[in-house]
Amino acid sequence: MDPMESIKITYFEECAELLVAMEEGLIAMENGEADDEIINAVFRAVHSIKGGGGAFGFEALVSFAHIFETVLDRIRSGELVPEPDVIKCLLRAGDLISDHVNAARSGSDAGIDDEEVKDELRELSGEASEEAGADDFEGLDFAPMQFDLGESGPEVKAESVWSIHFAPHASLYSKANEPYLILRELAVLGDMAVEADLSRLPPLSLLEPEEAYIAWNIVLRGDITRTAIEEAFEFAAEDCDLVIELLPPDNDELPALPQLPDLPEPVYPAVPDLPASGLADAMPAAVAVSDALKSPEQQKDATAETAQKSAASQSIRVDLDKVDRLVNLAGELVITQAMLAQSVQEAGLRSTSKLGAGLVEFEHLLRELQESVMAIRTQPVKSVFQRMPRLVRELAVQTGKQVRLVVEGESTEVDKTVIDRIGEPLTHMIRNAIDHGLEPTEARIAAGKPAEGTVTLSAEHRSGRIVIEIADDGAGINRVRVRDKAIEKGLIPASAVLSDEETDNLIFMPGFSTASTISNISGRGVGMDVVRRSIVELGGRISIVSTPGSGSRFVLTLPLTLAVLDGMVVAVGDQTYVLPLSHIIESMKLGKSDIHSYGREWELLDVRGSFVPVVRIGNLLGIEGSCHKDANGVAILVESESTGRFAVIVDAILGQRQVVIKSFENNYRHIEGVAAATILGNGRVALILDIDGLALLRRAQRESATPVELKATGS
Amino acid sequence: MEEINKTAKEGRRQFITFCSSGQEFAADIMTIREIRGWTPTTPLPNAPDHVRGVINLRGVVLPVVDMRARLGHGITETNAKHVIVVVKIAERVIGLLVDAVSDIITPDIDEIQASPDLTRDAESDFVEGIVVVDEKMITILNMGHLMDSLREHAAPGTLVA
Repeated sequence: MDPMESIKITYFEECAELLVAMEEGLIAMENGEADDEIINAVFRAVHSIKGGGGAFGFEALVSFAHIFETVLDRIRSGELVPEPDVIKCLLRAGDLISDHVNAARSGSDAGIDDEEVKDELRELSGEASEEAGADDFEGLDFAPMQFDLGESGPEVKAESVWSIHFAPHASLYSKANEPYLILRELAVLGDMAVEADLSRLPPLSLLEPEEAYIAWNIVLRGDITRTAIEEAFEFAAEDCDLVIELLPPDNDELPALPQLPDLPEPVYPAVPDLPASGLADAMPAAVAVSDALKSPEQQKDATAETAQKSAASQSIRVDLDKVDRLVNLAGELVITQAMLAQSVQEAGLRSTSKLGAGLVEFEHLLRELQESVMAIRTQPVKSVFQRMPRLVRELAVQTGKQVRLVVEGESTEVDKTVIDRIGEPLTHMIRNAIDHGLEPTEARIAAGKPAEGTVTLSAEHRSGRIVIEIADDGAGINRVRVRDKAIEKGLIPASAVLSDEETDNLIFMPGFSTASTISNISGRGVGMDVVRRSIVELGGRISIVSTPGSGSRFVLTLPLTLAVLDGMVVAVGDQTYVLPLSHIIESMKLGKSDIHSYGREWELLDVRGSFVPVVRIGNLLGIEGSCHKDANGVAILVESESTGRFAVIVDAILGQRQVVIKSFENNYRHIEGVAAATILGNGRVALILDIDGLALLRRAQRESATPVELKATGS
Repeated sequence: MEEINKTAKEGRRQFITFCSSGQEFAADIMTIREIRGWTPTTPLPNAPDHVRGVINLRGVVLPVVDMRARLGHGITETNAKHVIVVVKIAERVIGLLVDAVSDIITPDIDEIQASPDLTRDAESDFVEGIVVVDEKMITILNMGHLMDSLREHAAPGTLVA
């Protein structure tokens, strides 16, 4: 790959993380926790996005980030108070910068309508007044350069002399930072004198090769702002002791210069004090100045604190393919171990023998290994939840309602496969909660509720599954209207007697809502049946609890992973298949007269008086040797989303177990009626059947007059 | 053929040869990942005859194509001597059931002839060329096309001899 391209990919990955940090910070500010550390974190995030963006020439992104950054800098320096209005504007700016990043990623570095927010930001940045005035707002191609003038803000301008003490920690070098490059960058800013401080250098015998001993004292003179100096240290700030001080302006001589000839002389470690230098003399004077300018010190403390925090949760970025390979290998090991154990047993060795005991130990270790490997794939649901605040903000504006989103349990971990697929259903449900659940502000006030509606999104682990709840404090489901609508759409007869719960569940019925696809997010009244279907596809369930007047709560329960499935292992002829347990209602031994012929093609099974269609897997999938005598067969009653209940006839149930899902579509193609494959304990492949697919296959078979000739249909 | 012209610049290519139903075939050695003994497959429902099913290749579900059946000579009666040639192109892996692996050849590019332009049959759509080694004619297979054909709507009836 083009090296630049791969750097770009890394940049966008980092952007994603920075945007999350920014959003978190902004939301914390919104909740009134606007301390220095949070403001700094937001500032750093925007600044880093801008910096990287500049390197790749994303102009629209950079110019927007620049204005944004300027405003944040003013807040950071205490010039601008983060009042609710300001924060609202910042939140919108945050949304836009994320749009800009997305646009840059997809290569369309234009076309984002950010002028309105830009203008607001400009106003907040206080530059409008300094500049030519209102006329500037009309010029769409506002040159970013103009803001550079204002950026210095409160900083001292014109000729200034700075004293910088820069003492790198070993960690700076371990992150491949190079002091020389930083010094070179500083040299560009103005006249610079540098002196190496070798006082900490120990005798050679005590020298740790990876430790950092050398510090530098720098005197920098020119038209330089503190920000410019801090920028030079941007990537090193967390890994060094850095003191930046403004020397008294009357200090005409560059104080370090006369001392330069001293430098070549070796400084012996025996001398514990700082080596004599002009800087040391200049320092005390500088301290007074720095006391006056307290804020930089505080900033530094905040930086150090954040550095500690990030060190606490260290992580690495790993290609998902590598993890999957590891998961596969661990799974294979378990199977190999099982086969080995079986061979040992067959060889007549007792489990108390050395070999047997070793194998047992081996098995324990393998299980642990497999669990640890699976745990690598889990992620906090945060990555999905963090998209919601923005959605809520946008919806609040669209609907004119006041909405507060409360997020709980966002650190709950679940497999990446689930994370990837719950985003859309959640988006829909939150949209519904705000659009239909919450009443308009006036109605809320009239009902004696707070004007601001609350939507709660929470996640937790409960008995091996993840439970996600979406609750609102709105009006609850209007059961009369739901019932009327269901009757109007012909979903229930007008005479039907339904419990409250049954009425609430009508909203999940196909056809209740007009929107038909889950991607139709612009439509109002998004189909809850679509939401339900996508949850069921994930092996999950959805339920609703609604209390008139005080709101509704949707509860989703989902498996922790899609890589593993609870299945019922069945035998059909000489083949073994797995049926997903989530679709199975019950199983029963077939009696001689349980199955009745119905018409020419169908058979019906008598389940305690109600009749369900029968699907014989053996016939359907063309398996030889499948038992045709009902008396020995087993009927498994399943429920399909598309065709309702039916009975699957198999020869025997072999057991129930968790199986690892293996796709073969990449190597072969989709097969109707088969969801995926798995590998059984004996190393053989077994197919996992797709209940919906079987129902459709059975129907298709009936429609084509000669079922035997139904060949692979591809997809 | 375009493909052959392209490789001509690279000089010689190495092929693994194997036999199936009395014919010699060759596949570019770079596409072959491994060769393993026959293991019983799990049949796939409603698949064409030449797709024997899937096996477990260290955690990967590998579809196995019966070369003999693919060429229209009927299904191979397998025994322990049969081998599965594992072919990998890009991220796709399939197994090829053949009678035996014979040799590795390194023919001169010039020696590879384009396949005769016959009427379209079961073979021609995945034949890359023909080469003669030691007076034996060897058909060079285009494994990419063979793989692609697995995804198409197969008409198995026409393949059966």
